[in-house]
Amino acid sequence: MNLNELTLKQAYEGLKEKKFSSVELTQACLKRIEERNKDINAFITVASEVALEQAKRADEMIASGQQKMLTGIPYSVKDAICVEDMRSTGSAKILDNYIAPYPATVIKKIQEQGGVILGKVNCDAFGHGASNENSMYGPVKNPHDLSKVAGGSSGGSAASVADHMCIYGIAEDTGGSIRFPASLCGVVGLRPSYGRNSRYGIMPMASSLDTVGPIAKTSEDIAIILEAMAGKDEKDGTTVDVPVPHYGEHLEEDISGLRVGVPKEYFEMAGMDEETRVLVEKKIQQFKELGCELVEVSLPYTKYAVPVYYILVPSEDSSNLGRLDGIRYGVREEADTLLGIYAQSRAKGFPEEVKRRIMIGTYALSAGYYDAYYRKAQKVRTLISQDFERVFREVDVLVTPTSPFPAFDLGEKSSDPLAMYLADIFVGPAAVAGIPGISLPAGNTTAGLPVGLQIMGKRMSEELLLRVGHQIQ
Amino acid sequence: MKLTPHEIEEIALLARLELSDSEKEIYAEQLSVIFDYIEILNEVDTEDVEETCQVTGLMNVTREDTVGEPNDAVQQKIINAFPEKVGSLLKVKKVFE
Repeated sequence: MNLNELTLKQAYEGLKEKKFSSVELTQACLKRIEERNKDINAFITVASEVALEQAKRADEMIASGQQKMLTGIPYSVKDAICVEDMRSTGSAKILDNYIAPYPATVIKKIQEQGGVILGKVNCDAFGHGASNENSMYGPVKNPHDLSKVAGGSSGGSAASVADHMCIYGIAEDTGGSIRFPASLCGVVGLRPSYGRNSRYGIMPMASSLDTVGPIAKTSEDIAIILEAMAGKDEKDGTTVDVPVPHYGEHLEEDISGLRVGVPKEYFEMAGMDEETRVLVEKKIQQFKELGCELVEVSLPYTKYAVPVYYILVPSEDSSNLGRLDGIRYGVREEADTLLGIYAQSRAKGFPEEVKRRIMIGTYALSAGYYDAYYRKAQKVRTLISQDFERVFREVDVLVTPTSPFPAFDLGEKSSDPLAMYLADIFVGPAAVAGIPGISLPAGNTTAGLPVGLQIMGKRMSEELLLRVGHQIQ
Repeated sequence: MKLTPHEIEEIALLARLELSDSEKEIYAEQLSVIFDYIEILNEVDTEDVEETCQVTGLMNVTREDTVGEPNDAVQQKIINAFPEKVGSLLKVKKVFE
């Protein structure tokens, strides 16, 4: 087995037992990137020198007995997350030359453990999309079939993990951006509860929904990474002061007797791929073998999550992206007037979908429309959250497909924005309610494309989700 | 709902985006379809429903208003990121005519 194919846990143990060094592990990942990135286009920036330097330092830490769980382990970082002194574009040309002056808190925490950053990975610009085709650096291709999308928005993160270019990735999930590509690429991705991890240093998309989380090969690996990332941050007032558990400690604990809810709305959707449904249903039967009880439940407001999402998110997008205007950082286009600089820097520096969302949001928030759109959506959001609260009085977790279909062809949905929005149908509700969700591989279609199982839980139930994920995977 | 290219032009001005005529046509069509789809929310009775503005339940998160340690290295990096500068002076177009 090549070193880059190890799980995080295996890599940690190998480093501990001095079977290989972090430099060797990092070189194996860099070699894989060198071989494969031209086809997959996962990395926008490969930081070979920085990575090898960090690996050398990690080896010294290990030699002097200071190894932590993430010491010396190479990972990828979504390009919408700031890494100090590294180009951070958010996959948009307006930030083509942007070198972040400070790191995101989650990255700082991993680096304090001696993590090794391989570089920055592709995504839909600022997280806007479900296919990674809205990147101004080209789409990411699915490692399982290069004619298919990797999913989005964190397509580069999911593909880099699935293709063994790195051991894990740090990504961001506003409305499915971790779970959706994890499902399409056959890896594990966790959207934590809103407020569990700091958003400081993350390019903001929809501030009331944005979360930062890991993509990895197993739930056990996710547990290790989440423990390192999580916790209150003085620099993000929305982080909650709830103790961070040792997520990895109780993964083997018995889950028999657990009540597993199967929401019927997630299996009745028109246009759902039949093979996906069958694979997910089969995977769900495994819960019975573990002694869990399957309970059919109903979440009647499910179908409203996508329209709610596509009011709230573009509204918050349009406000957050106001800061990108060519003045303080990024690419400034020449023009005679100040207004001209704003309008042209934004016109040239943003891809189509970003402009579309800014306009949807600008319109929805404009005088006279606020009540009809934003306020209305915030009210329906309450009903979606109440759906979950009610159901979580009856069951411990919910299981659903992550996506209604496996990876689709590049270009298949890119000219139809609404069709692309509907890809979020199963990942949108958890985002709107601020609850955690994890996507796990549930088998492959006959064409060899991965299908994902989503497990959702109450706020701050990550420990349970990881335990269930670990035992069902 | 039908948005016209003229309305798109007005929205784009508010949003500080320069659009070509063909873009205005395309966005008029696409935004009309998206807002039509969003109309589905009107099926939901929200008469006595409170809005959800946040999900953590946290209120009035504050900190002491103190001046942190100056960090010259970060300051220099921020200046470096500025598109036009003369030494450490930052250059922008005039705001007032």
